[in-house]
Amino acid sequence: MQKNDQIHTVKLDKDKCMGCVSCMKRCPTEAIRVRNGKARIHYERCISCGECVRVCPHQAKKVIYDDFSIIEDPRFKYKIALPAPSLYGQFENLDNLNYLIEGLLKIGFDDVYEVARGAELVSEATRTLFDSGKLKKPVISTACPAVVQLILLRFHDLKDNLLPVQAPVDISAKLAREEAAKKTGLKPEEIGIFFISPCPAKIHALHSGLGVSKPTVDGVLSASDIYFRLLPAMKQVEEPRDLSQIGIFGLSWAASGGEAATLLKNKYLAADGMENVLNILKELENGKLNDLEFIELNACIGGCVGGVLNIENPFVARAKLQTRRKYLPVTKNSISQTDKNLDYFVWECEPDVTNVMQLDEDINVAMALLERINKIEKILPMLDCGCCGAPSCRAFAEDVALGEAKITDCHRINVEDLL
Amino acid sequence: MSEQTRISLEFDVEGDNFVSAGKASEAVKGNLKMLGLPPTIIRRAAIVMYEGEINMVIHAKGGKAYVDITDKDISITLKDEGPGIENIELAMQEGYSTAPDAIRALGFGAGMGLPNMKKYSDNMEIESEVGKGTTVRMKINIQPDSEGQQQ
Ligand SMILES: Nc1ncnc2c1ncn2[C@@H]1O[C@H](COP(=O)(O)OP(=O)(O)OP(=O)(O)O)[C@@H](O)[C@H]1O
Ligand code: SF4
Ligand SMILES: [Mg+2]
Repeated sequence: MQKNDQIHTVKLDKDKCMGCVSCMKRCPTEAIRVRNGKARIHYERCISCGECVRVCPHQAKKVIYDDFSIIEDPRFKYKIALPAPSLYGQFENLDNLNYLIEGLLKIGFDDVYEVARGAELVSEATRTLFDSGKLKKPVISTACPAVVQLILLRFHDLKDNLLPVQAPVDISAKLAREEAAKKTGLKPEEIGIFFISPCPAKIHALHSGLGVSKPTVDGVLSASDIYFRLLPAMKQVEEPRDLSQIGIFGLSWAASGGEAATLLKNKYLAADGMENVLNILKELENGKLNDLEFIELNACIGGCVGGVLNIENPFVARAKLQTRRKYLPVTKNSISQTDKNLDYFVWECEPDVTNVMQLDEDINVAMALLERINKIEKILPMLDCGCCGAPSCRAFAEDVALGEAKITDCHRINVEDLL
Repeated sequence: MSEQTRISLEFDVEGDNFVSAGKASEAVKGNLKMLGLPPTIIRRAAIVMYEGEINMVIHAKGGKAYVDITDKDISITLKDEGPGIENIELAMQEGYSTAPDAIRALGFGAGMGLPNMKKYSDNMEIESEVGKGTTVRMKINIQPDSEGQQQ
């Protein structure tokens, strides 16, 4: 796959959109406007968190992922599925994780590399980095790409607190490809690596390459899509072989607080759900929470089990994972089993902040614009009703000042008062 | 030379309203980000503004905040008509706090607000009269070439 940060992982189905403003009001980066009765996404602000997909009452927001048929591409001579830890929480009575692995092999994959394995390695690498004393505290988890994008967009000052390790899926993909090439004698590019994603954020991160110099996977599939193929296949499995290679640590990454728990630190915080995440980031920005060592933030309620492409209710999924854990050892993967050193796990390249908040590069131009925005805001009713097609009066003032909306789009002010 | 552009903001800070506490500093941060000022400057402004705002909420039943932004500096004035500070030198010491237990339970009252306001601003003055109120003035220089002395 080519590195592509222009990819749009959430799209609008215009025919279904009723212009109801539900998505616009919920978007954490104010990336949505409703114009001419239809929602419009400003992609330069979109962090692919999937909030709009979740709240749209008309199913007008679609997540864009690869069609399952991608695995049939003749380029790929050997196909490996990479299930996210949250996938294990989607099924009833899955006391034995091997059913899931066998199921994946039945629906067309030649091999499975569990992302929870990569997660266990990433946990170990993180603990080592902590011990080196070089991390800026509080360290902020980079496991949820929606949170990382949010920080790069709105909280530039916190960028240096981001944990500079690659995502478990990238580590898993790299190791899986290497292992398979060795095992089969095929060229690395003949091996197809497919992640089964719980969310659009991870789809976007895998296309754009977050912390890696080039994308590590060949396709990203949806958990919901796979679920319906997997369920009948799993039912056919009689005696599953002992294939799963993960422990409690890897599995716990599926839910909020799971990553933090694997770091064996006492001073940590785990917050989930966009509103809570935003509150924590604001507190950090105000110089608070400085006594903490680690901060785990997940855009979805409950963590990745709450990903918008999952099937099961996040709390039920979490409960299922808890029962599954008790049959597992603490961890099954360690860096010493690989031939890799710490460098293999840290970011290959740093992600850049995005300057979309900035009105203009020239501070004087920015000042003049800001002055106009503030002036316009003063005459608005500050109801944040959304009737104008902007998520808040403040955002509307910005749109008017930038010429993207007319003051008369606000139906709550008396136009004559303006004259 | 054209007249210097200046952004002037004014906020009413409600007293004893912990739910909306921090609104003024959020708005200031939003303005500074739109100007694209360096993150370190925004961070310092965020900290001093937030601490000052919270102090007015907790100790003075609210007040007013005035913020002036030019391309050279950010000036913040916090004015209240609260009980005033009897001994400013003492109040400035790290760890000194008169916050009641109920407020400490909310995570305030470490006695770090004023010391941090001093630390993260380039200049800070406090005027206070017992029974009349308190005015805190702070300034943060925007120096694009050197990022200030504080970290
Ligand atoms: N605006 C004010 N009006 C009256 N008293 C104040 C005001 N600001 C600060 N004080 C007094 O100065 C003391 C020290 O203030 P400081 O901000 O350093 O600590 P704090 O507010 O008590 O705790 P923290 O800021 O760590 O939550 C306060 O406890 C209070 O007695
Ligand atoms: S919490 Fe997990 S599922 Fe949700 S957006 Fe973040 S990475 Fe995706
Ligand atoms: Mg204080």
